[in-house]
Amino acid sequence: MAQPLVSLRGIGKVFANGVAALENFDFDLREGEFLTLLGPSGCGKSTALRLIAGLATPNVGAIDWREASAAHNIGFVFQEATLLPWADVFANVYLPLRLAGKTREAAAPLVRETLALVGLREFETALPRQLSGGMKMRAAIARALVTRPTLLLMDEPFAALDEVTRFRLGDDLLAMKQSLDTTIVFVTHSIYESVYLSTRILALSARGGTIVDTIDIDPAIARDEEFRTSPQFAQLCRRASAALRGAYGEASP
Amino acid sequence: MSAARPRETSPLRDTLLPLTVLMGALAAWEAAVHIWDIPSYVLPAPSLIGETLVKDREILFASLLVTLTTALEALALATIGGVALALLISRSRWMERALMPFAIVLQVTPIIAIAPLLLVYLAPGEAVLVCAFLVAFFPILANTSLGLASVDRALVELFDLYRASPWQKLVYLRAPAALPQFFAGLRIGGGLALIGAIAAELAAGAAGQGAGLAFRISEAGYRLDIPRMFAALALVSVAGVVIYAALTALSRLALSRWHESARGLDE
Repeated sequence: MAQPLVSLRGIGKVFANGVAALENFDFDLREGEFLTLLGPSGCGKSTALRLIAGLATPNVGAIDWREASAAHNIGFVFQEATLLPWADVFANVYLPLRLAGKTREAAAPLVRETLALVGLREFETALPRQLSGGMKMRAAIARALVTRPTLLLMDEPFAALDEVTRFRLGDDLLAMKQSLDTTIVFVTHSIYESVYLSTRILALSARGGTIVDTIDIDPAIARDEEFRTSPQFAQLCRRASAALRGAYGEASP
Repeated sequence: MSAARPRETSPLRDTLLPLTVLMGALAAWEAAVHIWDIPSYVLPAPSLIGETLVKDREILFASLLVTLTTALEALALATIGGVALALLISRSRWMERALMPFAIVLQVTPIIAIAPLLLVYLAPGEAVLVCAFLVAFFPILANTSLGLASVDRALVELFDLYRASPWQKLVYLRAPAALPQFFAGLRIGGGLALIGAIAAELAAGAAGQGAGLAFRISEAGYRLDIPRMFAALALVSVAGVVIYAALTALSRLALSRWHESARGLDE
């Protein structure tokens, strides 16, 4: 079996207020997979994402990368689009390349190609305030993808969007993943979203990030309306739901 | 529950409405002076104040130029000083702890109490400039500091993720994010620079120096030339309004593309 892209080993993270977000958290991330961390609010899934991104450091444990740290090329999509409100869509998507020292002219083809990928090619001069919630999130995804990251981390990116937009963005995200061959770690508390998008789901306990179930979903299954309404989809959702209920000890959240 | 009413803006109405109120008040004032035959050394009619403005224009406008120059120089210095100190403070908590108390002491000490002391150590022109600078400095410092410190946490993390240097964070994130608060401070500072200049001119004028508008007000008071006092006062008010309007226009120019504070809701 190929070496994992990144391995989290015995990770523990305690916040300054004494809350333990993660305790003895372990998992291997395989190259090319769409891994979802599924769990209720406060279960430590966003903390795990921030640790992988290097935005926080664990109190105990280790994060082992297959490649040397200088080679990490990570994209991150936050819960909110978090765009620069004074900059147009092009400038927002260009930002990571600008910070890497690329000139606007040199970066322009890649920026425009990425904008086309997320369906915002016609909106490059629009300001964030002129975009809908879904379009803002598309711009945020384009910004994360413009460096062609080997790993894309997404922290409940569709939580604030309506259901139709979520479905559409989910389909587009799968198409982008296919075309860019990126590994994705996706955080959500939506069972349906996790089953539809993922090739593997880690269901986490309510506190401390204990993995209560690992659900593998065949990557060969086409993700479309047929799958969304299939008995197989319903069965996978039931399993994920049961795992979360088990994590709560049958108590309501 | 009723929905919030959007702010309606119309340049014509926004100008016409206060102008109509002003004209009405002036007309009532003029009428009152004539009806009750009030002597001009008690309350001069607006028409007499206007005549005085024209008659004494050389003296009054030369003084206006002196006061305005002082206020604008002070505002420029306060902007440079306030922004520079805000940047220093934003770089280090130690700097904030070391310097902020002194800035606050300067802010809370009435300028009219500092002015006589400054006049002992400095030439009158310099003392007036320093007084105007001191009152304009704090709002620019406080607002810019607030703006630099109030950047969206997720955006800071985004810049960290892409290993942005402190300089890149300042230029591409903190500085533009702080612009709305900076301009709010600048608008307050603009008005205060004029107030500081007038207060210091009054102190300096009492010592027998100065040719600013405040000195003209004092001088006219000693001579019981009440129409000239009112004329000088009107010029001070107009100068304050012009400074505020110019800074508001500058703020709109810089922010109207993206910031709610500078945009009408009728787009």
